[in-house]
Amino acid sequence: MMKSWITEKPLKPWELVADYEREVIARLPGKTGASAVFTGSMRDFNEEEGITGLTLEHFPGMTEKYLQKILEEAGQQWSLNDAIIVHRVGNIEVDDCIVLVAAWSARRVAAFEAARYLIEELKSRAPFWKKERFNDGTERWVESNTPRE
Amino acid sequence: MKIEVLYFASLRERVGCDHELIEMARGSCVADVWQAGQAGQGGHALPGNSLCAINEEYAPLDAVVKDADRVAFFPPVTGG
Repeated sequence: MMKSWITEKPLKPWELVADYEREVIARLPGKTGASAVFTGSMRDFNEEEGITGLTLEHFPGMTEKYLQKILEEAGQQWSLNDAIIVHRVGNIEVDDCIVLVAAWSARRVAAFEAARYLIEELKSRAPFWKKERFNDGTERWVESNTPRE
Repeated sequence: MKIEVLYFASLRERVGCDHELIEMARGSCVADVWQAGQAGQGGHALPGNSLCAINEEYAPLDAVVKDADRVAFFPPVTGG
């Protein structure tokens, strides 16, 4: 319960959510009325056009620790039946899924709010860094994430 | 005392080192570690928006380090 993991392999978020939801329901039959899912994928533009891919770096040990910490914080703030965070690292291509967060709860508010919390906290605290590759062969580190509005 | 120092992402590239072991005096803080390591010795100032961690927990620049700590320096995080 409340799992997070990092993977270098392509992420298939909807298959993962369907598989995981079956586990949640098997563990708590009849108790899950809401699920909220956020997926983040790679665009071919950011501050500039022409991005062809990116490399995602993390801090082994600290990143896993913070993903789990963020999940536990969400579990303390909302009544959740379960929640997950999955994040890609390594070489990413345009349109690849980079991140998946999902929360399951009895009613909608907890699932929605927890999922928002998970992605916002991940973006501001979990140690990941993106380096963009451009179609002219250059590379550039992304300097900051867009703030929460 | 021995301190393990880690640099990530753009800071690693700027410093030209991902990891080193340095000897520090008792009472040293995170900022002292930057100065004593390859970063400071190479004349690199720590960018103002940098983040630091001691043993995989965020820590301020004035946090005191102890023997065998792992001190990490990295730029703002950009995951998700």
